[in-house]
Amino acid sequence: MGLHRHAGLWLLGSAMLLCCVSPLKAELKNSQHESHSNSNITGISIVTLKWEHVKAPYLVAVWILVCFLCKLVIEANHHVTSIIPESALLICAGFILGGIIWGADHQQTFSLTPVVFFYYLLPSIIVDSGYHMPNKLFFSNLGAILVHAIIGTCWNAATLGLSLWGCQKGGAMGDLDIGLLQYLLFGSLIAAVDPVAVLAVFEQVHVNDVLFILVFGESLLNDGVTVVLFNVFDAFVTLGGAQIDAVEIIKGIISFFVVAFGGSLLGMVFGILMCFLTRCTKNIEIIEPGFIFVVGYLSYLTAEMLSLSAILSCVFCGVCCQKYINANMNENSVKTVKYVMKVLANGSETMIFVFLGISAIDKTIWVWNTGFILLTLLFIFVYRFIGVFLLTWPLNRYRLVPLEFIDQLIMGFGGLRGAVAYGLAVMMDEKKIKEKNLMVSTTLIVVFFTVIIQGILMKPVVTWLKVKRATLHDLTLIEKVQNRVFDHMLVAVEDISGQIGHNYFRDKWKNFEEKWMMWMLMKPSARKTQDHVFSVFHQLNLKDAVEYVTEGERSGSLEFIRNDSVLIDFKKKLGDDMLDAMPDVTADTSFDQGIMLPFRRDPVPSVSLEMHEQTMNGLREMEDLNSHHLLQEHLYKGRKQHRHRFSRNHLSINTDEDEVQEIFQRTMRKRLESFKSAKMGMALPKTISKHTKKEQQKTPNGKNRISVDEDYEFSEADSASGYDPSFTYRAGGGIENPAFMADLDPVVPLQIPPWLAEAELDSGGVAPSQRAQTRPPLTAGDLRRLAPLRISTQSTDSFMMADIPDAEQRRDSFDLPPPPPPPPKDGYHQ
Amino acid sequence: MGSLQSSPSHQDYVDLAEKTGFSFEQISILHKRFKQLSHNEDKLRREHFGQITDLHANPIREQIVEAFFDRRNFYQEIEEPVSEISFENFLVVMSNFRPPSDNMSQEKLVKVRKEKLRFLFNMHDTDKDGTITLEEYRHVVEELLSYYEALETETARGIADAAMLEVASITRGHMEPDEFYEGITFEHFLKLLEGFDIESRMNIRFMNMDTTTLCKLECRNKVCSE
Repeated sequence: MGLHRHAGLWLLGSAMLLCCVSPLKAELKNSQHESHSNSNITGISIVTLKWEHVKAPYLVAVWILVCFLCKLVIEANHHVTSIIPESALLICAGFILGGIIWGADHQQTFSLTPVVFFYYLLPSIIVDSGYHMPNKLFFSNLGAILVHAIIGTCWNAATLGLSLWGCQKGGAMGDLDIGLLQYLLFGSLIAAVDPVAVLAVFEQVHVNDVLFILVFGESLLNDGVTVVLFNVFDAFVTLGGAQIDAVEIIKGIISFFVVAFGGSLLGMVFGILMCFLTRCTKNIEIIEPGFIFVVGYLSYLTAEMLSLSAILSCVFCGVCCQKYINANMNENSVKTVKYVMKVLANGSETMIFVFLGISAIDKTIWVWNTGFILLTLLFIFVYRFIGVFLLTWPLNRYRLVPLEFIDQLIMGFGGLRGAVAYGLAVMMDEKKIKEKNLMVSTTLIVVFFTVIIQGILMKPVVTWLKVKRATLHDLTLIEKVQNRVFDHMLVAVEDISGQIGHNYFRDKWKNFEEKWMMWMLMKPSARKTQDHVFSVFHQLNLKDAVEYVTEGERSGSLEFIRNDSVLIDFKKKLGDDMLDAMPDVTADTSFDQGIMLPFRRDPVPSVSLEMHEQTMNGLREMEDLNSHHLLQEHLYKGRKQHRHRFSRNHLSINTDEDEVQEIFQRTMRKRLESFKSAKMGMALPKTISKHTKKEQQKTPNGKNRISVDEDYEFSEADSASGYDPSFTYRAGGGIENPAFMADLDPVVPLQIPPWLAEAELDSGGVAPSQRAQTRPPLTAGDLRRLAPLRISTQSTDSFMMADIPDAEQRRDSFDLPPPPPPPPKDGYHQ
Repeated sequence: MGSLQSSPSHQDYVDLAEKTGFSFEQISILHKRFKQLSHNEDKLRREHFGQITDLHANPIREQIVEAFFDRRNFYQEIEEPVSEISFENFLVVMSNFRPPSDNMSQEKLVKVRKEKLRFLFNMHDTDKDGTITLEEYRHVVEELLSYYEALETETARGIADAAMLEVASITRGHMEPDEFYEGITFEHFLKLLEGFDIESRMNIRFMNMDTTTLCKLECRNKVCSE
């Protein structure tokens, strides 16, 4: 079945392609026809085909669509992508598409041109990688990355050029019109490891962080070197061998520093500009993300204009600003930026690979020279390994954690060449370099070899060599905390031992950053929440909230609200049943009801007395409550639907703050509530003494005996039943500070009594604090059992678990006979 | 290395090197530092750590300093509460931060890892009862976040609570009804930080060259200025 579907997709793709190819053929006729009809207008034509008008954007759009469809088809085959990396498959798809075009046109109408590649496709990928760069990792390995990027690339270029030249002299390649300088030019363009290819392959093979950043960082930073080498040798080729003297060479070396460092500096300037911009976008939040893309792109173009390294500029722009703009921007904007960047980068990557494949299907560029091509492949492969080993050896002597041999092997193996090399090769001037086509086709073969063959082999090799993999799971909160402890601890120990090391400088930089950079580049409001531990905590809570809602929705729309109502009913009834045994237990629930049904509520001074009063109306109340909640549920929904409006300036998706806040508070309550029990368990003796004393004080009728089992059930119900929506819309607990509702802090419950006292004060009908509703009264007897039981529900950290007992209780509650019968303690538990 | 009057004899060096794994050069550098901190005395007391100005900005300085006076971190058993430490103790604590050498066997690495984690655990377990209770963990988080004035204590507590909750859910999949989570034991601690390559992170580069002369002046100035 899957095969059929894919075949269908393929057909669709090729049909789409033919659609855009055939108009081209018809183009001539069309335009003739058009001019013809324009010349003698006889009347208004109802429909006209204006292909010429839309041709360019139309083709672009269709090609993007075709590329995306390729990706869609490829990604649908999981068993294939798990063996062959996506980039390789995309290139193969490109072959097929190119074949179709060739078949239709007998010439390659579409191919990857350097302009399209360097100005439209590459920037988005670079902006994305700069913006998402793991800064700490990047800077702590910067030394090794730079060494590999600068010296390694030069090494690759020089050795390849010289070796090929030597081989030609030795007669291994037949008769070729290539001089030493041209060989070096070729070497320099193909020396650089390609960021697009590396990222595409390494993202699917999860090697450890250090290895990844070394390969990836190198691929990004060696662009500066490549650009300089390419330009210098290009100029040398133009000048001719005779005119190159020491001055020119020195100029070349100087230009390297200017290009690389100038590009990086320019990027930083643009990064700071970006931070400033996002600092003042408070009133135009909706186009906030746009700034990031435009300024990022401008940093690329400006560097290109000044003939500096565009890639470096773009990378450093992203690296510098990511922290500040993420803090400055609205949370939604941050998300938007991230997603749009991923869409653009992924889309560009897809198109690059597909077009690389398409470009290859072109008879005119193919010049075969077995010796040249095979030797190039061999030298690239071998010298890459030699370079890596040679450079890592001295580095390892200075690295705190030396790179293992296996890691070095993977680094060597990860030297993938890609579209940058192809783009540069195509840019060569045919007049100056006679064998341009040979070089282009060799470059293509190298690219295909590295991306497809090495890409496919990467995974097995990584598995076979048992390379340390990255841990895939997100950092847990405790790990985040430990990370911070680590940072501080290392700095402290360095201080104590009087060593000046990495941590010392990092600490100094951090202080500087906090003192000046943040002050300058960050919104005052954003500075406060700048803490990783905090942000993880925040994320965790948000995730919980989302899970909670999903859980609720799975068991019926907004089930969790109905749950509450039934549970309250249940408590009510149970309270009635147990009345003589424990009249004071459900004091807080009674308050719930008091609020929900104010008309029913008599201002009775004593809590337990009120319970008596309510006993009378047990059954009726239950019905009332149900209908009441049904109503409320609809009201709630209605509120939601009411929000659908169109506005260009404001996003209206789920901006109902009350709603979000409510969900959030519910979750927080759950977390803390269940945690409280764990806490309670630990502080057992203290709690008991305190609590019982207070309880005795507070209960007017002095009956303090609570059945253990009953109370367990209560607490379960309580922790599950957030609170009634009717009084959730409090303005106070803004969503900015949602997690830390002081009144829910687990410490406070130890001195519980306030809530009881509060309750008494509140008997006038004011809504009691939320805690008052949810705090189950606890006494000595129940605590021991209570705590572990609740932990056991919590330990899976799932709300489903918490819901199971609820459901049971609900059923029980319906089975229960109406009020009068004697306390069916046992029956209830069956 | 014999320039200092009270520097240990050669035999001491050999013993110390064997015990802590430091090279002679490193030991002599650290010894200079020790003397510098203790004003040429043989014992280092808590207040000596107060001289290090860079340490003042460190939110968890108390825990770190305390770790130097924690007898669990010394190999020898000392019964009474520690108020001053010898150079040997200083070195032993420091050796926890030594990077693992290149040719280390797998078992040795595991051992090093365990030792480092033990050090970390002891640092958090302030009452020395073998478990990090919620109170202790809260203390850690509070200190960590005390750096940021903007975050209140409630935040820190919330984070500590959430972390503890997480710990409970990780270490005890399902708990028996009759038990409750009393705190992180060392076994749990090991389990929690499983994916945390501590052996490659809890490291400091100890110079082989004598760079303390430069640092010495700096520190002298600091001491004077206080």
